[in-house]
Amino acid sequence: MEDEKKLEEFQQKIDANIKIEPKDWMPEKYRQTLIRQISQHAHSEIIGMQPEGNWLTRAPSLRSKKILMAKIQDEAGHGLYLYCAAETLGVKREQFLEWLHEGKAKYSSVFNYPTLTWADMGAVGWLVDGAAIVNQVSLQGTSYGPYARAMVKICMEESFHQRQGFEIMVELAKGTKEQKQMAQDALNRWWWPSIMMFGPHDSESAHSNQSLKWKIKRASNDELRQSYIDKTIEQGHHLGLTFPDPNLKFNEATKHYDYSPIDWDEFWNVVKGNGAGNKLRLKHHIKAHEDGKWVREAAKSYAQKQNLIQKSA
Amino acid sequence: MDNDDQGILWEVFIQVKAGRPYKHIGSLHAYDKVMAMQSARDLYTRRNEGNGIWIVKADDIVSSESSDGEAFFDPSNDKVYRHPTFYKIPDGVKHI
Amino acid sequence: MKNELIDYCLRIGDSSLILSHRIAEYCSKAPLLEEDLAITNVGLDLLGQAENFLTYAAEIKGNTNADNLTFKRREQDFRCLHLVQTPNTDFAFILARQFFIDVYHKILFSKLVKSEDLTIKGISKKAIKEINYHFQRSSDWIKRLGLGTQESNKRLQNAINELWMYTDELFIDNETDLIISKNNIGPLSSSLKIEWTKIVNSALNFSEITIPESDVYSLRYGKDGFHTEYLGYLLAEMQHLPLLYPDAKW
Repeated sequence: MEDEKKLEEFQQKIDANIKIEPKDWMPEKYRQTLIRQISQHAHSEIIGMQPEGNWLTRAPSLRSKKILMAKIQDEAGHGLYLYCAAETLGVKREQFLEWLHEGKAKYSSVFNYPTLTWADMGAVGWLVDGAAIVNQVSLQGTSYGPYARAMVKICMEESFHQRQGFEIMVELAKGTKEQKQMAQDALNRWWWPSIMMFGPHDSESAHSNQSLKWKIKRASNDELRQSYIDKTIEQGHHLGLTFPDPNLKFNEATKHYDYSPIDWDEFWNVVKGNGAGNKLRLKHHIKAHEDGKWVREAAKSYAQKQNLIQKSA
Repeated sequence: MDNDDQGILWEVFIQVKAGRPYKHIGSLHAYDKVMAMQSARDLYTRRNEGNGIWIVKADDIVSSESSDGEAFFDPSNDKVYRHPTFYKIPDGVKHI
Repeated sequence: MKNELIDYCLRIGDSSLILSHRIAEYCSKAPLLEEDLAITNVGLDLLGQAENFLTYAAEIKGNTNADNLTFKRREQDFRCLHLVQTPNTDFAFILARQFFIDVYHKILFSKLVKSEDLTIKGISKKAIKEINYHFQRSSDWIKRLGLGTQESNKRLQNAINELWMYTDELFIDNETDLIISKNNIGPLSSSLKIEWTKIVNSALNFSEITIPESDVYSLRYGKDGFHTEYLGYLLAEMQHLPLLYPDAKW
C-alpha cells in the first residue's frame, strides 16, 4: 500500500533531480518499470552480439577484425553493467535470463534482422548504434542512480562503435562498384529498423507519460527519433548514398527533416516475434546457456571446495 | 531455476592512479575471488582505467540506511541492495 | 637467413592468427557473460601479436603487407601449428588447447625477449605481459575443470586425451629452427620441451587429469606447410571477402 506522503516526497526528489538509489523508497510501479526496462536493455546488448558476431570471422582486414572484436566485447560489457544495475532492484541475473528464455522479456527487435553482407557491419554501427547513442545520451539523466551511472559509462564507450560503423561505410562508399552497391543495399535494409528503435509515436505510447513524470525517460520517443534522423541524414550526405525514403526533406519552418509515415505493421510483427530472426536469436542464446551449464557447475563446485580447504586451514 | 547458476555478485572498486581513493565502478558475477579479480580486470580496466582493483562480495558490504529510512538501525536491512529475491511478476501485469 | 626469419615470424604469427580466429568463432557462445568477455580479450591480444609478427614478415619479404599475408596466402604457405587449427568442440577443448599454447608461449617468449633480432625482441617484450596473464587464466580453468565436478573432469580428460597428439609438433626442430637458433634469434623448439612438460604435467596432476601416452602423431607438420583438414575450411571463411572482391580495399 503506497503512502501518499511518500509518493509526494518521491516526486519532489525527482523534480529536484535527486537520484533515487537502491534502498530508497520508490513506488512499486517505478520499481517494476525499471526492472523491466533495464533488464531488457541488457538483453538487447547481449543479443546484439549475435548479428555482429555473424561477420567477425569474415572481417576482410586485420584492422576491421580487431575493431569489430573489441566492439562486440564492449557490448558484452554493456550488457553486464546493465544486468548489474537491474539486480540492484532485487532480482537476480538468473531470473532475468529465465524470463528472456521463456519469451517473457523483450529486447530491442532491431537485432532480429539478419546481417547479410559486410556492409551491414557498417550500417549497424552507423545507424543502430547511432540510434542507441541518441537514446543513451538522454538516459544519462535518468532518475534511477545505478541506471544513470551505467549509461554514463556506456556512452563513453559507445561513440567508438558508431565511428567504427561509419568508417566501414566510408570505405565502401568510395570503393569499387560492388562495394558501393553493398553499402547502399545495407542502408536500404537498416534505415527503417533504426528509426523504429525509438518505439511507437508519442501519441500511441501508453507508458510514456508516467515514465517522463518519473524521469525514467528524459525525452519522448518522437523527440529522440527526430534528433537521430536530423543528425544521420547529414552524415549520409557525406557518403553519397540515398536514404530509402522519397519524402525525406528538410523543412525550413521546423528546421527538421520530414519523413514518410513509418510502417508499424512490420514493427509490431517483429516485436511480437514473428520473424525467423527472433526465434534464431533466442535459440542461440539458450543453446549457449545450456551448453555451458556443466562449466558453471564446475566453477561453482570448485569454489565451494576451495572455501572448505581455506576454512579448515 | 538454479539460484546460484550465475555465481556470486561482487562489487568492484578501482583506483585510477596510485594515491587516489578506490572508487566503486560496478559489479560482476564470478564463482571465486580469483575469477572475480580476473573478470574485474577484463571488464573494468580494458581501456587502462586502473592502477589497482578491490573486489568485495556484495553480501559482505554493510550499508547505512538511506536518509528516509527507519529511526533505529535494523540489522536485517543493512545490505547494500534490496535482498535479491525471486520476484514473480503477478499475473495480469502487462509487459510490452 | 632472410627466408628462415620470414618463416619463423610466419610460424608464430600464423599460429596466433588462427588461434585468435578460433576464439572469434566462439564469440557469444561462452558459458557465462564474464567469460565471453575474458576469452575475447585473449583473442584480441593474440590478434595483436599476430599482426606484429606478420607485419615484420611482410617488411622482410618486401612488396606486401600483413593483410595480404593474412587474406591472400594459399593454405600451404601458412606455417601455423596443427594444435591451433583444432575446432572448438566444447569449452574443455577450448581451454585445453589454450592452456597448451599458453605454456608454450610463456616459455618461448621468455626466450624471445632476449632475441638478437631487435624487432622480435620488442614485439616479445610487449607480448609477454599478455601471455603471462593468459597463462594464469587458462591454468586456473584447468584446475576448475579438473577438480570441479565429475563431469567437468571427464570432459577435460577427454579433451586432453584428444589434443595431446598435436603437442609433439611444438618441439620438433626443422631447418628454420636450426638457423634461428644458430643466429641467437630464438630457441630451438626442442629446447622448450622439458620445461613445457614440467609445467603441464604438474598442472594436470594437480587437476586429477591422467597424462596421456606420448606418440608420434604426424610425419608432416604445419610449420612445414602441411596442415590438418580443418585449416582449409577455416581459411575459406576467413579469406572469403578479399578473394571474392580482389580489387576491393577494406
